[in-house]
Amino acid sequence: MVPTMSTLDATFSALADPTRRAILSRLAQGEATVMELAEPFKLSQPAISQHLKVLESAGLIARRIEGTKRPRRLAQAGVEAIDVWLAMLREALAKNYDRLDEVLAEMKPEKGKER
Amino acid sequence: MNNTMNKMTLKTEGDRYVVVTRRFAAPPEAVYRAHTEPKLIQKWLLGPDGWTMPVCISDAKPGGKIRYEWTNGKGGGFHLTGKYSELEPYSRIVHVERMHLPDPTPDNHVETKFEPDGAGTLMTLRMTLPNAEVRAAMLATGMEHGMEASYARLEQMI
Repeated sequence: MVPTMSTLDATFSALADPTRRAILSRLAQGEATVMELAEPFKLSQPAISQHLKVLESAGLIARRIEGTKRPRRLAQAGVEAIDVWLAMLREALAKNYDRLDEVLAEMKPEKGKER
Repeated sequence: MNNTMNKMTLKTEGDRYVVVTRRFAAPPEAVYRAHTEPKLIQKWLLGPDGWTMPVCISDAKPGGKIRYEWTNGKGGGFHLTGKYSELEPYSRIVHVERMHLPDPTPDNHVETKFEPDGAGTLMTLRMTLPNAEVRAAMLATGMEHGMEASYARLEQMI
């Protein structure tokens, strides 16, 4: 499927949340039930379900039915766990370097005033 | 507001390294100092909004110790330790670091280069790409420490 602009938007906003990135990272290791997902994250099941709903609408995860359980897995066309990690790294670095820009701007006067 | 997103590139090199480039509007000497002097490091090497680095040890000499401690002021925190191996003022730094989450992550070998670029600097950072297990631990820890969705928007990153 060729992603359209609106599915891309949904993907990006789904990925913008650190909890959802962590859920994707967990699912990259294999299928998991809502309960299994909620446990390590110390979140309530409704909170996890809400995040799963967002991820599902964005086409990042899929579910199947197994009795009363609805185990989730990464959707075939979804992101790789490494992309989630790289997105986190990119955000952290981008923030840092924006701050570094300001630090460098403040350092300039120390070197003696030009003009 | 400057559009810094356009200035940074981040890509993987094979399955072992991550290479980051970024341009700065300051000469290599200033950028190098901001990477090695504790008082300067504490101002910017902080990750998401709301975090501070109350402890910063950076003994900028070969074999010199590195220790950064971060806190989010809400009881969350972690630290990083490391060691400098090569320092070429103001063009190159080689060091090793690991995060303690609290278990130490495998050593991350980092080479940072600063090259003159017009009146500014082109910085190239090459680091070890952690394996899948470590990446998962880092993502989970980020969340456990309550990093909220105050991140920059992802659409700017592509």
